[in-house]
Amino acid sequence: MINPSPSGKLEILLVEDNPGDVRLIVETLKEGRRDYNINIVKDGEEAINYMQRTGNYRQAIRPDIVLLDLKLPKKDGIEVLKVVKTADELKQIPVIVLTSSNAEEDILNAYRNHANCYITKPIDLDKFVVTIQSIEDFWFTIIRKAK
Amino acid sequence: MKKERLSFSASLPGKNKKEKIMNDTIVNVRPVEILLVEDNPADVRLIMETFKDFKIQNSMSVAKDGAEAMEFLKKEGAFSAAPRPDVILLDLNLPKKNGFEVLKEIRNTPELKRLPVVILSTSDSENDILKSYDMNANCFVTKPVGLDEFIKIVMTIEDFWLSIVKLPER
Repeated sequence: MINPSPSGKLEILLVEDNPGDVRLIVETLKEGRRDYNINIVKDGEEAINYMQRTGNYRQAIRPDIVLLDLKLPKKDGIEVLKVVKTADELKQIPVIVLTSSNAEEDILNAYRNHANCYITKPIDLDKFVVTIQSIEDFWFTIIRKAK
Repeated sequence: MKKERLSFSASLPGKNKKEKIMNDTIVNVRPVEILLVEDNPADVRLIMETFKDFKIQNSMSVAKDGAEAMEFLKKEGAFSAAPRPDVILLDLNLPKKNGFEVLKEIRNTPELKRLPVVILSTSDSENDILKSYDMNANCFVTKPVGLDEFIKIVMTIEDFWLSIVKLPER
């Protein structure tokens, strides 16, 4: 159902600058139903380099899916979205916005720039874990991705 | 985010607890308006029945072909009082206008372009999947052949799009 990367695992790019959130997401997915290859970048500029395989990321594997925070150093998540969703060779990659922001303006802006969906990070730990598990159930399990 | 959350393995919720947490994780408080664009009556019935039982209040309208879907979305003809949907479930093989044509029109209409569109199709073709994402579908789900599998997938769509995702304001 899902495209095997060279490692045979689903390739996830996590764009997140908060180390606590990174750890929680990675640990939850580690307990999950599949094997994932999770690559982490900490700011928007790195994310763009990774996706375009430039700079330090010439060897980067094309992600099957991207989890994208909005408030990021250097370039924010909306700028990353704009780059990814206007590039013919990248726009097919699903981008899930996962942010602490609840602002209507951010939600609209994300959809306007073709985020595949928008999720607010719950503050409560259990809810955060359940949210990550739901992303896993939906996006990593039943969703068809382009090769 | 507090540090206490990192006593990790002890805090992974089990299935019952997960359900309970899901129930108060609901992020969309108002009833969710759904437009289902589907010409197969059996699929329509199954999807409607599944959504009717869902914990989140929702109201589903059905368009049976692509032309009707666009009239509904643009509030034309018989649909002048149609509600603006929060999310669309869109089949691809449809009479009159197919799903790609509907998707294209949605994305080219300023007041509709942000609408989340879930493609729900029997198609399994790589070409259709690629084309859908190229045209900015939000996601692509293949309808499974088995009934139980189908219901399970509809429930997963429901859980995800109605209770986890933040939908844009109408």
